[in-house]
Amino acid sequence: MSTVLWKMGVDEIIKERGKSRETLLPCLKAIQEVSGYVPQEAVSYLRENLDIPSIDIYGVITFYGMLTTKEQGKYVIRLCDSLPCHLNNSEEMVGVIERELRIKSGGTSPDKKFTLEVVPCLGLCDKAPAMMINDKIYENLTEETAKKIIAELRG
Amino acid sequence: MEKILTKNIDKPNSQDIKVYLDGGGYKALEGVLTLKPEEVIDEVKKSRLVGRGGAAFPTGLKWEFTRREKDEPKFIVCNADEGEPGTFKDRVILSNNPHLLLESIIIGGYAIGASQGFIYIRGEYFEEIKRLNKAIEQARAKGYLGENILGSSFSFDIQLYQGAGSYVCGEETTLFESMEGKRGQSRERPPFPAQFGFMGKPTVINNVETLCNVPAIITNGGDWYSRIGSPDSPGPKLYCLSGQVNKPGVYELPMGITLRELVENHGGGVKGELKAVLPGGVSSSLLTDLNVKLDYKGVREAGSMLGSAAVIVINKDTSIVDVAKNTMEFFAHESCGLCTPCREGTRRAKEILTRFANGGGRVEELALLLELGEVMFDAARCGLGQAAMNTTTSAIKLFRDEFEQKVRK
Amino acid sequence: MVTLTINDEKVAVPEGTTIMDAAKEAHIDIPHLCYLEGLESYGACRVCVVEVEGEGRLVPSCMRPVREGMKVHTHSARVRRARRMIIELLLANHPSDCFTCERNQICELLKLAFELGVKEVRFDGEKPSYELDETSPAITRDPNKCILCGRCVRVCHEVQTVSVIGFVNRGSETMVSTFMGNGLGNVECTNCGQCIHVCPVGAIKERSAVDEVWAALADPEKHVVVQEAPAIRAVLGEDLGLPAGTLVAGRMHAALRRLGFDAVFDTNFTADLTIMEEGSELVKRITEGGVLPQITSCSPGWIKFAEHFYPDLLPNVSTCKSPQQMFGPLAKTYYSQKAGVDPRKIVSVSIMPCTAKKFEAQRHEMTDSGFRDVDYVLTTRELARMIKEAGIDFAGLPDEPAGELMGLYSGAGTIFGATGGVMEAALRTAYKLVTGKELEKLDIEPVRGLDGLKTATVDVDGLEVKVAVAHGLGNAREVLDEVRAGKSPYHFIEIMACPGGCVGGGGQPISFDLALRGVRGQVLYNEDKALPYRRSHDNPSIKKVYEDYLKEPLGEKSHHLLHTKYTERERV
Repeated sequence: MSTVLWKMGVDEIIKERGKSRETLLPCLKAIQEVSGYVPQEAVSYLRENLDIPSIDIYGVITFYGMLTTKEQGKYVIRLCDSLPCHLNNSEEMVGVIERELRIKSGGTSPDKKFTLEVVPCLGLCDKAPAMMINDKIYENLTEETAKKIIAELRG
Repeated sequence: MEKILTKNIDKPNSQDIKVYLDGGGYKALEGVLTLKPEEVIDEVKKSRLVGRGGAAFPTGLKWEFTRREKDEPKFIVCNADEGEPGTFKDRVILSNNPHLLLESIIIGGYAIGASQGFIYIRGEYFEEIKRLNKAIEQARAKGYLGENILGSSFSFDIQLYQGAGSYVCGEETTLFESMEGKRGQSRERPPFPAQFGFMGKPTVINNVETLCNVPAIITNGGDWYSRIGSPDSPGPKLYCLSGQVNKPGVYELPMGITLRELVENHGGGVKGELKAVLPGGVSSSLLTDLNVKLDYKGVREAGSMLGSAAVIVINKDTSIVDVAKNTMEFFAHESCGLCTPCREGTRRAKEILTRFANGGGRVEELALLLELGEVMFDAARCGLGQAAMNTTTSAIKLFRDEFEQKVRK
Repeated sequence: MVTLTINDEKVAVPEGTTIMDAAKEAHIDIPHLCYLEGLESYGACRVCVVEVEGEGRLVPSCMRPVREGMKVHTHSARVRRARRMIIELLLANHPSDCFTCERNQICELLKLAFELGVKEVRFDGEKPSYELDETSPAITRDPNKCILCGRCVRVCHEVQTVSVIGFVNRGSETMVSTFMGNGLGNVECTNCGQCIHVCPVGAIKERSAVDEVWAALADPEKHVVVQEAPAIRAVLGEDLGLPAGTLVAGRMHAALRRLGFDAVFDTNFTADLTIMEEGSELVKRITEGGVLPQITSCSPGWIKFAEHFYPDLLPNVSTCKSPQQMFGPLAKTYYSQKAGVDPRKIVSVSIMPCTAKKFEAQRHEMTDSGFRDVDYVLTTRELARMIKEAGIDFAGLPDEPAGELMGLYSGAGTIFGATGGVMEAALRTAYKLVTGKELEKLDIEPVRGLDGLKTATVDVDGLEVKVAVAHGLGNAREVLDEVRAGKSPYHFIEIMACPGGCVGGGGQPISFDLALRGVRGQVLYNEDKALPYRRSHDNPSIKKVYEDYLKEPLGEKSHHLLHTKYTERERV
């Protein structure tokens, strides 16, 4: 089911933007959005349809922080630790969430529900410490609020 | 000072075209269409507006260089890849005043002779992407984008490009590479974007905030604008204040206010006692003097760099060694990896600073870091590598004793 | 012309010249690592930085074109400090096993460390610990030694247009890898080995068979037979202290005998044999309406390239095996019978200028003798090391011929090693097959030389035979796309995977210099001119192998031992 979904999105983008190298990133983003990662078959499909060597596509995916060829958890937690957040206890926040989820940053929980990433500046510096979970923003985190957010998502 | 960039953003639904039009929006564009493109550029030159993304290049000159190029087609690209730690000003405009940006881009396209504009927006700004897409739809519906804008012979449209999680793609030539579907690696300059930009064509690339000054310049005139704020670099500035300060946020103020004014009058003062400030995010050197004037010249003469005005406040309870380590972790993570000085330099500097932070520093490595900083400035391929050691270098020079305390006994 | 000063010396160069090239006029060879002539400039290593008056920072000389009145300083204190620190940074991330590294005599990083006066490596941190890529039978990669210069990526994309290696990840995690990190053996790598030639350090090399061959030579139970490719005799001397352009055919045979090979023959013999078979095949296709153009099949890099990228053109490829793979089965049948040696005891070794031959030898089709036809392939480099290991004074050896049975050869056989050589050799024999007369003008100039694509029309007694020669896979694509589109005007096409032909093969002494490859090729043309037999069909040993064993070209025995099939391979 998922294969068909990303394919439709990709075909539409190629139709709209043309069969060229500049269409690669929008296609990859669309696939990532639908499947949560970029499967190998999707890369081969892009190679065929955009005429780009697979290693080049793989090189692009592995360069960008928001693209990956590895399956991720349902909720991707992006916790900022750049300087403004760091000056407002983000390091502590990392520890709190790592303990709550029982995974280290960079890892995915065994139930595939959560992936935790410590990321650079999210542009929420005046609401530090801050994090994003998928496309939602969570600001002015404290140990309590962080635990509550995780608990709610756990269900 | 009357708000120019953040005008009307407190109104509910300020991102909607109706609210923008009520506030006088798109009038500048209407006026521009009655002028010759060269006249538009002249006005921007008269204003002495310089780039707000960090490089502070005169905007009018940039537009003129691009207009003069014979090669076609030309492009105008808005750099909305806001990624410098401590910078969050463009987000405010993208979220609450997207039509100001659209109008600015259309005017810029008209001035340089482009029929296609792009906004490269960082992928993490999900809500802003939604609002921009909506705004573009609304602008098209009202005839401000598309064929024959407002009945003129000028056709222009805007396409969104989403970033995918890479700070270095905010560097102008790297941004083009990213738009072209490649890894984010900078290009050698020369040639400059005006000659060889997106797809190798003449391209103007401007920061969000830079562009958003243009409608006011058109409406009120370049001379008027050039008298706002600092005579060295006029206009309003969105100052970002963050870190250990009581009232972090974005403050639109005339260019050239002092650091003291920003931190104490607007920022509610330091949380605790002031140790140091980074005026231009983690790419800048530390300052300790609150009397520094926050315009490009003033900060430069104080030995630092204003950049995008991402002012980060550090208090006395914070270890400056830890601050340096944190900035180097950032650059090591974000370095594209192409050139040796930056890739290896940020990696090794991070290792050394981590050792210092853990109390295992070696005193000879302080001189080594200073030398590395100079070589990276001299030889790195792009601005990231050139600036990566600024915070660390200034930390060692201003707070050497803190480092020496972390030397292994 | 643009006038500038370099180190206070006035220099005039054409517009568009880089500072690096302009500096040569001022007798300065600016040190560099990622720059390589023949590849697009990359600007990554930053070793070549220079000071330009008026500029705030140092400038990469390989990327920057000169400007009128520019004032350049190529070795100011600031420049030297930057270069030293860059090498220091590279060394800090490099394995410290220079003592045992195969490239320690020709390592560009080691050379620069010495020449730039690097006295210490002050960065003391983690070194990489990547897994080796040993998935290919021909080429191995050690990412731990990689300095990320990108030359291998550029040659694979720009010159060979195979595009299977590239940069992945970001920052200090950056590495050169393959799709999904699956390794060279699992992607469309053709094994051409040009990446080995451009690598400045020891990060890429051939998969070695030296230990196995020493073991076979020492085993009294084994009868070790050896063949050497045409291109070896023009190049082997380079790695053994002799100047480039020296023909060492005789000394090559002599050295192999002293290493302990039981029978020293020569691939040039089967090169002649290939011409007999392939010339006959071409005539058959032309006269009987077979698939045209016919394309040569002796380059295994080209064959794998065709199987991945042009499987629709496999019917165009000659069914002839390569000379190496014609030799293999004959060694374990024809020779074993003639010499009275049990084929189970025969170890068949080849000396090849080629890394792809290691892949070719282990193809599952290559067992028509009933055994593995070629057991081990040694590159020119590997043979040179064995000769050194044995302490043989190569330059002082006498000239010795190979055994006549499978070692007597014509000039047509020897020129196989140069681009255009196979074509020329084939035309010399095809002429006779079609007309019954001998081709008098044996030197067919239009197919010689280093142009990427060469074409010629040869008048074969009224029949106009149109031929094309391509070397380097990027050049091959041009002529192949024409065939695919049904617009090819040619009857016969020679394709060599490596620029320059086999003299530039992946197994040769390390060099990417095309002009040097031209010098090497000329050695073979000179040998051809001096040999008693210049046409494959005049070779007495060839006449003998047909008379005594194969009977006739394209006959049943030939078909069984000397011809093969190809397989479409997947794209990843």
